[in-house]
Amino acid sequence: MKTVKLSIIGFGAVGQGVARSIVLKKEALKKQGIDLRVVGIADSKGCEVNANGIDLKSALLRKKENGCVAKGAESAIDIIREIEQDIIVEVTPTNIENGEPGLSNMTAAFESGRHVVTSNKGPLALCFSDLKECAEDNGLIFRYEATVGGAIPIFNLVHEALAGNTIIGIEGILNGTTNYILTRMAEERLPYEHVLREAQELGIAETDPTYDVEGIDSACKLVILANSIFGQSATYRDVDVTGITKITPEALELAGRNNYVVKLICEAGNGVLTVAPHLVPRRHPLAVGGTLNVASILTDLAGRITISGKGAGSIETASSILSDILYIARNS
Amino acid sequence: MIVSMSLELKDIPGQLVLALTPISELHGNIMSVLHHRDERTPTGTIPVQITFGIEQEVLDELIDRLEKSGVRVARVGEERLRAAVSVILIGHIVHSDIRDTIDMIDSTGFAEVVDLSLSMPGIEKASSAYLVINATGEKELKRSLDILRKVAKKKDLLMIEPLRLNSEVT
Repeated sequence: MKTVKLSIIGFGAVGQGVARSIVLKKEALKKQGIDLRVVGIADSKGCEVNANGIDLKSALLRKKENGCVAKGAESAIDIIREIEQDIIVEVTPTNIENGEPGLSNMTAAFESGRHVVTSNKGPLALCFSDLKECAEDNGLIFRYEATVGGAIPIFNLVHEALAGNTIIGIEGILNGTTNYILTRMAEERLPYEHVLREAQELGIAETDPTYDVEGIDSACKLVILANSIFGQSATYRDVDVTGITKITPEALELAGRNNYVVKLICEAGNGVLTVAPHLVPRRHPLAVGGTLNVASILTDLAGRITISGKGAGSIETASSILSDILYIARNS
Repeated sequence: MIVSMSLELKDIPGQLVLALTPISELHGNIMSVLHHRDERTPTGTIPVQITFGIEQEVLDELIDRLEKSGVRVARVGEERLRAAVSVILIGHIVHSDIRDTIDMIDSTGFAEVVDLSLSMPGIEKASSAYLVINATGEKELKRSLDILRKVAKKKDLLMIEPLRLNSEVT
């Protein structure tokens, strides 16, 4: 039995999803010879530490009842540096201004000899190559499957399954909120503002929808993809971005009449990094509806490979994180 | 350039190969061959319609080689506007002079706006237009999209383009 100790830094929707998925899979993983032990949890108000493994069910219950997990006063950085462990799961909220607190957490983890698994886009959209270098210099593994496309295993697909292929380009829908808005506008012939309000009421769009509808969230994900796959060191500011706020129901109707749908497409390849609404043939594999995400990878040997799935959600994102944790458990 | 050629072949074996060989020798890319075996010209030859892409400079050389090998070239025509693309524009399309926008494409000589649907929900509201542009080839199509992109930017119109990688899939 291989015991793998880890801490969850950030205990919001994603962090709790990770805890739930570990509870759910604990026995199945033991049968595979892996014993996952969460030795630290930190949220914005405090932390819980237990070198023998935290009782995740009671931590989740406490978070639900009190709104925080706090039992002790150690900071996230203390947990990362002081507790003996293998992996830091960094799932604090995305901040694209300066990447904090994720950036400091990840750097501290590498400096302390911990592998890092994250869903936090901010630090990767700003300092991807620095973080990658920091991990490599310390002989550590850095995994970030959950940063792009939620549950969809894009990086796994490209780096493992498609190994040997040269990637010519990538196109995809990497933001579920805008996809939902465009799908509803086209189906119901409703104006943008109306559908945005509806999406906000359903909790699909944030109160401040700017990051989503102006294409910034998509741009962050595209940069992480491009940096990881093409070895670029771009930041999200290098992406040419056009959002969906100017799209009219009439435009969608004209497109529909000619067998097209309009989608907010992220595109990387040939040095191009763009996020913009595009005409997509109705039967094209990229024409997925609702809140779905999709990525189409154009390769030299395999041709076009397209995968779609849920781009957000607590347990869906945790699926990608758990997969990264297990990769490290098996390869370190 | 894309060329459509009507040839007349003698009704004896090996004539079609005779007609196609010089095209590939001159690095032409044959797109279609229509061999009208059941038809006869008044002189008893069999008409063949061939469409292919070739550099303009070698076209005379090709006709020369065909004639020398006994293939009669009855007609040579340039196939214009083979490539098509759909685009949507959103904004004050009419007020920003749609005629001028179309002229920018039509005046290139290699591309034309062949279809236009316009939707204007209200005077103060943004209009939406669906355009189909035809061009002589893929390269020319890309150039006409570059032109339209610049015009759209200048006139503050949102241009929704087709997928870029789509055409690169074989």
